[in-house]
Amino acid sequence: MSIRPTTASPAMPRSVKDLRLGESGTICCLKDPEMALKLLEMGCIPGTQVRLNSRAPLGCPITVVVGESEDYTLSLRVSEAATIVLK
Amino acid sequence: MAGVEFVAGRAGAGASAAILEAAAPRHPGALTRIALIGNPNSGKTSLFNQLTGLNQKVGNFPGVTVDRKTGVSQLTPQLRAEIIDLPGTYSLYPKSLDEKVITDLLYDRSSDQYPDFVVVTADASNLRRNLLLFTQLADLGLPAVLALNMMDVAAQHGVNIDIAALQRELGVPIIPMNARKGIGIAALKIVMAQMLDAPTTHFYEIEEELLPMIRQIRYYFNLHNDYLALHYAHQYRQIGFLSPDDRAYIGELVQEYGFEATPQQAQETIARYASINDILLNTVSVTRTQRNEPYSNRLDKVLTHKVWGYLIFLGVLFLMFQAVFAWASYPMDLIDQGVAWINSLIQSNFDGPLINLLTEGVLAGLGGVLIFIPQIALLFAFIAVLEETGYMARVTFMMDRIMRKFGLNGKSVVPLISGVACAVPAIMSARTIENWKDRMITIFVTPLMSCSARIPVYTVLIGLVVPDQPILGIFNLRGFALMGLYLLGFVAAILSAWAMKVLMKTKERSYFIMEFPVYRWPRWKNVGITIVEKVKAFVFQAGKVILAISILLWVLASYGPSEAMQQAEERAKTEAEAKGLTAAEVDSHIASEKLESSYAGHFGHLIEPAIRPLGFDWKIGISLLTSFAAREVFVGTMSTIYSVGQDADQQTVQQKLASEKDANGQPFFTPARSFSLLVFYVFAMQCMSTLAATYRETKGWKWPLMQLLYMTGLAYFSALLVYQLMK
Repeated sequence: MSIRPTTASPAMPRSVKDLRLGESGTICCLKDPEMALKLLEMGCIPGTQVRLNSRAPLGCPITVVVGESEDYTLSLRVSEAATIVLK
Repeated sequence: MAGVEFVAGRAGAGASAAILEAAAPRHPGALTRIALIGNPNSGKTSLFNQLTGLNQKVGNFPGVTVDRKTGVSQLTPQLRAEIIDLPGTYSLYPKSLDEKVITDLLYDRSSDQYPDFVVVTADASNLRRNLLLFTQLADLGLPAVLALNMMDVAAQHGVNIDIAALQRELGVPIIPMNARKGIGIAALKIVMAQMLDAPTTHFYEIEEELLPMIRQIRYYFNLHNDYLALHYAHQYRQIGFLSPDDRAYIGELVQEYGFEATPQQAQETIARYASINDILLNTVSVTRTQRNEPYSNRLDKVLTHKVWGYLIFLGVLFLMFQAVFAWASYPMDLIDQGVAWINSLIQSNFDGPLINLLTEGVLAGLGGVLIFIPQIALLFAFIAVLEETGYMARVTFMMDRIMRKFGLNGKSVVPLISGVACAVPAIMSARTIENWKDRMITIFVTPLMSCSARIPVYTVLIGLVVPDQPILGIFNLRGFALMGLYLLGFVAAILSAWAMKVLMKTKERSYFIMEFPVYRWPRWKNVGITIVEKVKAFVFQAGKVILAISILLWVLASYGPSEAMQQAEERAKTEAEAKGLTAAEVDSHIASEKLESSYAGHFGHLIEPAIRPLGFDWKIGISLLTSFAAREVFVGTMSTIYSVGQDADQQTVQQKLASEKDANGQPFFTPARSFSLLVFYVFAMQCMSTLAATYRETKGWKWPLMQLLYMTGLAYFSALLVYQLMK
């Protein structure tokens, strides 16, 4: 965590980037329209549940398990995960 | 044929009668043409290999770097079909240049390449995402079979699929299978041998307000359905077969109606997932929700661990390096000796200029092609296993962060490391990098890594100027010099990659978003077919270029203005007689005199003014030309050319070079000259085989020529700097 003065308000919505290992969240919306097309195709539809599965040794990329019935594991960069906003 | 409407409903009652009826190809006299399409990791390659075996042909799609793989499959004893393997994709909206070949093939009904129907592979354990592509294909109105693959994995995960119900919902035949084990292949072939109708089920309704625009496109181009017209509106800029006028027409319509592609595509994808969810609700039940891939996760704890992960990867790289560097040398020596044996056999029995052309030109060139086979086969055996098991995805996962900083990709590690053995298989292995820009950068910088062919040049020149002196008791100064050269190449590769990352403009965005596959045992059949395919691609495509250049180089080095050549031979003979040399010495003397008078010799003299600032003379100039065939030829040429006018007792190349004197009687190979030459060889693209490999992998001369110019330029100016500073 940075000690910088909080420019982001505390009510800032959480994204997949902010999940703790093993924690699940439900996708609310996708911020980057172009990247959204790719993520939607991969099954990251609003309302879908995702669980943070692992982080690469250097913290990026990460893997998440997509779907309530744990459909499959998706790997993506932290910058990409930050565009997936959670409910 | 373009206007044929596929509106006939599914032949319900007629289906059983149709089983015995062979499919009539759309184009009389041609084989039935079937396209194989599916998500990455859905077992498409396994299925293609099962259907075609070794009856595969690798060709080109115009304008892209993916190979066009086709094969012939014997569906029934009487019926054969041509199968086209399309690149793996998640949807019909292409994200990369390479995926474009899919839309170019499937949108153009008038093309003679248009498939009669498609086989869609889907991973049964992850049906939701895999069905997205299927529903798009069905809406295009393509007759289709769904190959429901990996039924075994689905069963393990507690996924139960009601095949009959799913078949009703999707409106196409479904074959449950396990392509890796060959289960379901026979049933699939039976279905493939029949006339298939286009599915009548629709999975996505185009919004009302889009219809006016879409209908205009549809009727203007005489398309058979609205959904295809929608794809025209989306992709008119990229569709290869549309004329500029056609594109302008669609462009105007899109403007006029204010069609926004991105929101429409997003909305379509969401709507498709909604209808897929409805279908799965009725047809699939999951008995265990907590899947968690226990084995894969446990393995990943070790294989992507922050210490063990990298150590194990280092071990894997070391093993690969050993294989390509050391193990491959045995069969390579055999090939070398075999070619030399055939050459000497021919030369001892026949004589004449044509025989020389055959042995020293054609056979030597052919040997130069064949010599790479062991390295290519071994490297691709490793890579195929890494890909098949899913370990390659972990490599990318662990290395992405580091490599991305330099414009490279996690997967660039394998080509770069293999480049230390040989750039030719290394460049071919860059194929595993999906992103176009990352792949081009990797291919471009890989030859800067010091390959094994540079070692002879390095050792001879280091031996000449670096003293054999111990350092800190156990190390040797020469070892340090050698390591310095390797580091120099590595640093140049990394910095060049970084520069290209900054300079190169591309419309394609770099994504990492991809499926993280579970670990699986490799299928040895797939590994074997990959090896055969890579070797064939190299021998038949890059091999042609190598053969042509080596014949050219041979002509340059053995022919010259006829008068001059004759004089050279006579002069050498008289000189030799005067000195009373032995027969072998006379021969080598003649060889060197002739080389000087040849076109290559003239070339050496011609470029001398240009290379003099680097400290090089015309003799080195000749060696630069001849070693373009392969760097190690440098040593041989230097050995030949420096026997001119020397005493007969000089044995090794090193001694010959050491005794060479300049105009003032001082040793010619000063440290400045030697280091200049060394640095030149670290950077210079002195390898036609590498150029041929780049040509074959990038499908054009643009990249190999840029590579040649860049590396030669870098070599020239670095050598210039070294010589001028050390002089």
